[in-house]
Amino acid sequence: MAIFVDENTRVVVQGLTGSQGRYYGLRNRDYGTQVVAGTNPKKAGTDVEGIPVLASVKDAVRETGANASFVIVPAPFATAAIMEAAEAGIELIVCVTEHIPMHDEARMYNDLKRNFPNTRLIGPNCSGIISPGKCNIGFTPGEVAMQGHVGIVSRSGTLAYQSIYEMTLKGIGQSTAVGIGGDPVPGTSFIDCLEAFQADPETHGVVLIGEIGGSAEEEAAAYIKAKMNKPVVAYVAGVTAPAGKKMGHAGAIISGSKGTAGAKMDALRKAGARVANNPTELGDLMAEALAERK
Amino acid sequence: MDLFEYQGKQYFARYDIPVSPGGVANTVEEAVAQAETVGYPVVVKAQVQVGGRGKAGGIKLANSKAEVETHAGNILGMDIKGHVVRRLWIEKASDIAKEYYASFTLDRSAKQFMGMLSAKGGVDIEQVAQEDPNAIARIRVNPVDGLSEAACREWVMAAKLDDAATDGAVDILMKLYRCFTEGDADLVEINPLILTPDGRVHALDAKVTLDDSSSGRHPEWDAFRGLAQLEAREKMAKDKGLQYVGLDGSVGVIANGAGLAMSTCDTINQVGGSPANFLDIGGGADADVVAGALEVINTDPKVKVIFINIFGGVTRCDEVANGIVEAMSRVEIHSPLVIRLDGTNTKEGHEILEAHASDSMKIATTMIEAARKAVALVGG
Repeated sequence: MAIFVDENTRVVVQGLTGSQGRYYGLRNRDYGTQVVAGTNPKKAGTDVEGIPVLASVKDAVRETGANASFVIVPAPFATAAIMEAAEAGIELIVCVTEHIPMHDEARMYNDLKRNFPNTRLIGPNCSGIISPGKCNIGFTPGEVAMQGHVGIVSRSGTLAYQSIYEMTLKGIGQSTAVGIGGDPVPGTSFIDCLEAFQADPETHGVVLIGEIGGSAEEEAAAYIKAKMNKPVVAYVAGVTAPAGKKMGHAGAIISGSKGTAGAKMDALRKAGARVANNPTELGDLMAEALAERK
Repeated sequence: MDLFEYQGKQYFARYDIPVSPGGVANTVEEAVAQAETVGYPVVVKAQVQVGGRGKAGGIKLANSKAEVETHAGNILGMDIKGHVVRRLWIEKASDIAKEYYASFTLDRSAKQFMGMLSAKGGVDIEQVAQEDPNAIARIRVNPVDGLSEAACREWVMAAKLDDAATDGAVDILMKLYRCFTEGDADLVEINPLILTPDGRVHALDAKVTLDDSSSGRHPEWDAFRGLAQLEAREKMAKDKGLQYVGLDGSVGVIANGAGLAMSTCDTINQVGGSPANFLDIGGGADADVVAGALEVINTDPKVKVIFINIFGGVTRCDEVANGIVEAMSRVEIHSPLVIRLDGTNTKEGHEILEAHASDSMKIATTMIEAARKAVALVGG
């Protein structure tokens, strides 16, 4: 098993006819993902290397049985694309688009929550999701992943890849790795992923990678303490980040004295997670945690 | 983007939020001219993006031309917590009966908006929140529904402002919410929001942070941008499309991805060094981007060694290595390099780099090993 995506996931790529969409859509298909359609009302009836391009997500659902969407369109069109997918009944939407205005994102999140409670949005501004050997939606380099029993959830994309790789180097495979994204209002939270990993019988341990800004890591810590019996290995980036500066991601900012890496690491440690001082340590700590579990 | 107080007040004025009449001055002469226009008494206010201006002597009341000259002369050039004052805001002094606090921002954990209102204004709100949390009335606003006037009035009552302030506060808060949402701000804050003896409610300060992701639909923000105090190197990086934040140390950092760049800085710190900057070259790493990043870091005299930290994912390490070699032939680099390549095709990438390795270019496989090598090159 895996969480959120597996071999039965059928993906429609919103933005397949753009250069980025084409590149990653085809890469995802090469990995083995069932990429069943793309959308573009102006190019309906054409195809991208054999993937049919349809006018709308609704058409894709009806004609190809798509049940997941990969949104890779420029920021001004992203919220409309996500809402289109939700209205078409898509239950899993992965949006990698960066620089969506904060107010649009907050409105969209609450709109989805109220009107489409069964739709899960991963992102925006995320690296995507991979269940190794089954399905890869987004930017994750499938080359470094290996099928297995560790779940990974990360705000940062590169640190997600890094930790996938650290696990693979140690011979520790992954059930699913989710990049939840670096924006202030992510559609899927750490807790959503922890909950799913805890419930997934094939996931034996979880890697959580946080960064400065907000309080998602503290909330994750409270959840770990209250609800999890699988081992959690954590890492938080931004110990040396100055207050008041956005460190690359819109959500990676220390506001006043809130959102520091130190406070997040403390909270995770107190909740029983093993906290790595650098990404290289993640593999060692997970190997140790899994050995103890046996 | 953080606005200066006077820019924040200009932004408030677009949404009919009452502010004091005033003007900007870059010199003592201009300060006097602005004071003569608005009429005495005036307040001379340092324009820096840092709290605690008043305590530092950056805000002074002036009753005459001579006093404006004295205060403006003292405040211009003043260093307030590392921010040098280059500009003043001269405004008509207000009579103050009461000082309140008001703000709207995103509550990231609730994923809705939050308004904060307090009868205890004019002081640091984080301190109020700690010492007397009940003195702050909070309201949560669902972005889909917006703020209704009835909910706003209830919130104002809960904050226990003076009765005379109720109507004025409701009016100003409704406008402030519009400024926050339609104005695409991450934060709007009025501290203090004042009640005058004749019963008017009025913004005496303005703190506005605009959402950078919304700049595409706000051409009017260009006027603010030219005046922002961007450091020359930050500007250079921005022009090249790189995410750069200057820090105080001696190890220059280039990494792909924001998380990895932060992590690189932390790892340097962990082994006893100190990062000179955060620099994210984004996904991939072709020669142009790497060369641009090296050019930016090259202008930093603090940098004694440069640590290039790349995780090859979709972009393979051999491509990245070729990019680095090409970039190095284009840019003359003043400091030794430590390069860590990891991920897809690491081995091929290392082979390419090793052909060019020297005392001034070292290669490592793990971040921690690379960080140690870099810090050793700085010499402790």
